[in-house]
Amino acid sequence: MRAISPAADAQIAGAPPLELEELPAGVGPRDSVLRGVFRTTRGRIGAGLALLVVLVAVIGPFVAPHSPTEFVGPPFAKPSSAFPLGTDTLGRDVLSRTLKGGWELLLLGLAGTAAGVLLGATIGVVAAFRGGLLDAVLMRGVDVVLAFPQLVFALLLVSVVGPKLWLVVLAVAVAHAPQVGRVIRSAALDVSERDFISSAELIALPQREIIFSEILPNLTSPLMVETGIRLTYSVIIIAGLSFLGFGLQPPEPNWAVMINENRGGLSANSWAIVAPAFLLALLTIGVNTLTDAIARVSLGVDGRRAATAVVPARPPALEVRE
Amino acid sequence: MVARRSALGILTLLLASVLVFAATQTLPGNAATAALRNTGSAERVAVLERQLHLNDPAISQYTQWITGLVKGDPGNSLANGEPVDTLVMGRVENSAVLVLLAGSIGALLGAALGVAAAARRGGWFDNTLSVVALTFTALPEFLIALFLVICFATVWLHVLPAVAQIPPGTSPWSNAESLVLPTATLVLMIMPYVFRMTRAAMIEALESDYVEMARLTGMSAPRVLFLYAFPNVIPTVVQVIGLCLLYLAGGIVVVEYVFNYPGVGQQLVAAVTDRDIPVIQFIVMLLAAFYVVVNIGADVLALIATPRRRLPRSG
Repeated sequence: MRAISPAADAQIAGAPPLELEELPAGVGPRDSVLRGVFRTTRGRIGAGLALLVVLVAVIGPFVAPHSPTEFVGPPFAKPSSAFPLGTDTLGRDVLSRTLKGGWELLLLGLAGTAAGVLLGATIGVVAAFRGGLLDAVLMRGVDVVLAFPQLVFALLLVSVVGPKLWLVVLAVAVAHAPQVGRVIRSAALDVSERDFISSAELIALPQREIIFSEILPNLTSPLMVETGIRLTYSVIIIAGLSFLGFGLQPPEPNWAVMINENRGGLSANSWAIVAPAFLLALLTIGVNTLTDAIARVSLGVDGRRAATAVVPARPPALEVRE
Repeated sequence: MVARRSALGILTLLLASVLVFAATQTLPGNAATAALRNTGSAERVAVLERQLHLNDPAISQYTQWITGLVKGDPGNSLANGEPVDTLVMGRVENSAVLVLLAGSIGALLGAALGVAAAARRGGWFDNTLSVVALTFTALPEFLIALFLVICFATVWLHVLPAVAQIPPGTSPWSNAESLVLPTATLVLMIMPYVFRMTRAAMIEALESDYVEMARLTGMSAPRVLFLYAFPNVIPTVVQVIGLCLLYLAGGIVVVEYVFNYPGVGQQLVAAVTDRDIPVIQFIVMLLAAFYVVVNIGADVLALIATPRRRLPRSG
């Protein structure tokens, strides 16, 4: 623990909340970051795209003209007035299936992200604070999971149990936790070296209270950025698994499943692929663009950290010691 | 440093093997029920369990598997009884060609564009490329693949095969046409990362004191760019290339499946469909080993390429 000057000591005696003064440059309280994000073009475009897809996914099931599993015409019929986007490989209405094929993907993506960020943040904060052996063990565990490409890791789990939705969420969460853990650990170590933590320790606040009321509020920015990155990748992994046939299962409609099952009819009725592909692309692009805006606003404009933030955290960065 | 790194790498691999083994052990169901797709009668499951030694204690099963793996005998496929290593190794070359080809093209193009964009920071060239790169990093691989198929193989043009045709036993090089679209997909997947990281590192280098100093001496702009700024970006580029090779190890799974390209990724998907656990375990361990080796290689190369470490000795 750092030596603390009498002047600083006197300041602590009054014990005003110190966090606000101690925020690093560019990082404001949460609401001002979000307001800043919506002032940027990227933030607005990203949020707009993501919101559009969410609206389609949420409202879509209520306005779909047909049942998504009903056979209404010949396979791969061209668009007509009855079926604006034509029919799919089994003669089902592409429009209805597209409208109903988003919410499950979205929900699983959110669940996997929430679980992964929670798990990863816990690992990161615990590793940063307990230090020592526990830190070493946790970080080694993180390295091990990182040795598998995320999709491959998910495939490994799914291969034994079979495609179960809880398993997909679990696989996504476990695949994300290491990266989140790394980022949050280093951010927590960063914060824990600031003076207001030393002073909190000096006035003997219990460690739990230090973690929850002093550290966590200061990790909001990295957590928001990480959540955004992870949400993009959750959707990509779940869509990839479903595309390969190991995630969400037919006959229920789902954008990734639709893209896979209609591949054979690309030249007959390309809408059967283009429509779900377009929405899926808008979703991941929207979330990623919004995340980029958050990273730029909260971690420094256009700097190196913003660019690296949207690229998943690298394994132990090269250490150049002089 | 290399020795320490290698030791850590071997430890990581060993722990990874425990994880792979534990995943197939602790999750409900086992190799026997999985191979029979959960529909086999109790007797058939029992017979297969005996054949696979599934009733032995977990520790002895693990040691049996890991010693086999180290000795180069990872067991037989549950789907067709053939040795796993001959089954998989025949496809490693195909996948390696894809990964190395896409890795080198993507890295070169990405780094070149990154340097060019940083040199014209804030201009239309930089802004356009940055937005395009941001868009592509967000796209799932299979969407990029299908987009290329729509453009070049089905709807618009018919100039390239939508499905790779590489007969077993022939080299992928002799079927170059089949390589184009899978490689292009993987290039589009990694190039944005290389671009973004190179650009960011280059901007940082261009803002440094030594570049400012070089400019003040009246040196020409290209000279400053390539002799002073660029060498300091190389370590970052090396690290990013390493990272990209790792992305590619995951990317080949989906891309090989889309193009029906006969590599280990496609085989992994087939093995997961068949619940062929020995093959899955082997391929997953192979990819993990690739990860560890690339990681060590990238760290060592980046360290060698760091001018700050190199210059004091020569000067």
